Amino acid sequence: MSDLTRMTAVQLAAAIAGGEASATEVAEAHLDRIAEVDDRVHAFLHVDAEGARAAAREVDERRSAGEPLGPLAGVPVGVKDIVATRGVPTTAGSKILEGWRPPYDATIVERMRAAGLVILGKTNLDEFAMGSSTEYSAYGPSYNPWDLTRIPGGSGGGSAAALAAYEAPLTVGTDTGGSIRQPGAVTGTVGAKPTYGGTSRYGLVAFSSSLDTPGPCARTVEDAALLHSVLAGHDPRDSTSIPQPVPDVVGAARRGATGDLSGVRLGLVREFSGEGAEPGVMAAFRDGLDALTKLGAEVVEVSCPHFQYALPAYYLIAPSECSSNLARFDGVRYGLRVGDDGVKALEEVMSLTREAGFGPEVKRRVIIGTYALSSGYYDAYYGQAQKVRTLITRDFTAAFEQVDVLVSPTTPFVAFPLGSRTSDPYQMYLADLFTIPTNLYGGPAISVPCGLSEGLPVGFQVMAPTLADDRMYRVAAALESAVGTLTPGELS
Amino acid sequence: MAAISREEVAHLARLSRLAVTEEELDLFAGQLDVILQAVARVGEVVADDIPPTSHSVPLTNVLRDDVEVPCLTPEAALAGAPDVEDGRFRVPRILEEEA
Repeated sequence: MSDLTRMTAVQLAAAIAGGEASATEVAEAHLDRIAEVDDRVHAFLHVDAEGARAAAREVDERRSAGEPLGPLAGVPVGVKDIVATRGVPTTAGSKILEGWRPPYDATIVERMRAAGLVILGKTNLDEFAMGSSTEYSAYGPSYNPWDLTRIPGGSGGGSAAALAAYEAPLTVGTDTGGSIRQPGAVTGTVGAKPTYGGTSRYGLVAFSSSLDTPGPCARTVEDAALLHSVLAGHDPRDSTSIPQPVPDVVGAARRGATGDLSGVRLGLVREFSGEGAEPGVMAAFRDGLDALTKLGAEVVEVSCPHFQYALPAYYLIAPSECSSNLARFDGVRYGLRVGDDGVKALEEVMSLTREAGFGPEVKRRVIIGTYALSSGYYDAYYGQAQKVRTLITRDFTAAFEQVDVLVSPTTPFVAFPLGSRTSDPYQMYLADLFTIPTNLYGGPAISVPCGLSEGLPVGFQVMAPTLADDRMYRVAAALESAVGTLTPGELS
Repeated sequence: MAAISREEVAHLARLSRLAVTEEELDLFAGQLDVILQAVARVGEVVADDIPPTSHSVPLTNVLRDDVEVPCLTPEAALAGAPDVEDGRFRVPRILEEEA
């Protein structure tokens, strides 16, 4: 394996800017690595070698011409396949969009191209980002580079596995209930969910519009912060995009890396203290907490009494929004059409198309959403879940009056074996127990490695107030400076 | 008591335009019952006077300036469609046959 694939984004960008490696060499090294290992990892659904080479060449030409390069120019990136990439297949992990080539780029893709990032291809995910393992991808699961018999998390398991297998130094994910952070946790990588509205949703295949948040995945906190600063910013094409400046996340990560957290108050959520989490996960989390205390942070126990209702509220709100959003897959404007024999009427063709194009988890959520939104049940389910969302937000607001950030394990368990949770969908949902409250509140949160349990990575979650994304980067970088990054063994 | 019956799941699938199979109905009925019993816990919260939150961003009526901006060409907009005729999306039959 080439050394270039072991480097961080910061190191690669410096090597390219300094002329020690060309963007083309860096792209080729990662394309070679993908060709070498992705038959075992299956992180990618589509590799765009031609597009990557063209983008790399452009960076090299700009450098030769003496043009200024951005801080990530020439660095390769993988993009979760739920983000529209012009002319490049975008499936959302679903058969219903097989072969679809979007006629436009998502805003975050435009931003990455403008920053000189080199898009390697599209990464695997649970269908429409619904799942915690990639086992609901219509194109087969991804595999955890730490142990190929285990899941790489989900929904963005492809993005996380690509990092841990050194196929890409940076990837993009989307986080609706934990789909960036939980894969980061179980693969020993870093995943950050920005403040909702801090990164544009324009060009994301919509799952749950009040929750979907694109964000960065990387092997180090500083790399994640750099990608965050490229992705984030106001977008007039997204009506929920926040018209405010992006916090200085890169500066915060560098400050945190100096290892001084004096005066920082960490809130330990009483309701998350161990219940539902594996003992080994709690032990690694406690070690992380001790490390932060040694750097000067103070730990304060806080109570968030409504967090216990976050999972039920989420699994009403997200399916409700998904049942509405996925109505657009009607076999008319894009994607699959089944049964159109000139005799069958529109509704029947629509039903046959959706039956053939959607997988079981998507169908379950569409049905639950239809139920929760139907008259007679609306108040008891969807309406009540929205009220619980208010109470969870109040819990966060009250907690942030006492502390600067909240901390918890990212996910209750280490990477589980493939196939062990698919027969019981609710067991799969429990993977998101600690990540979901933040999505309902809308604030930022990051997962950073804090150690191993049973030889598998454990993630440490830092949750910050809305628009204080810089705060979580500072704490995460401090933890990283204390415990170091995690490196899996060579792929078997 | 079950939160949802097989017949209700079949009805919801029809409303959702999903031509589910009998085997799927057998599978989903039990799974959805487990899920719905779990999510029904939101009902334990006393929240009569609590306003609902649809969204975490306090923005309303976000409008753009009323100026022309570039948009997709008809060819680009139709490029991903399963069936196209005369520069338009072709849809399956929407009216019943005349008697």
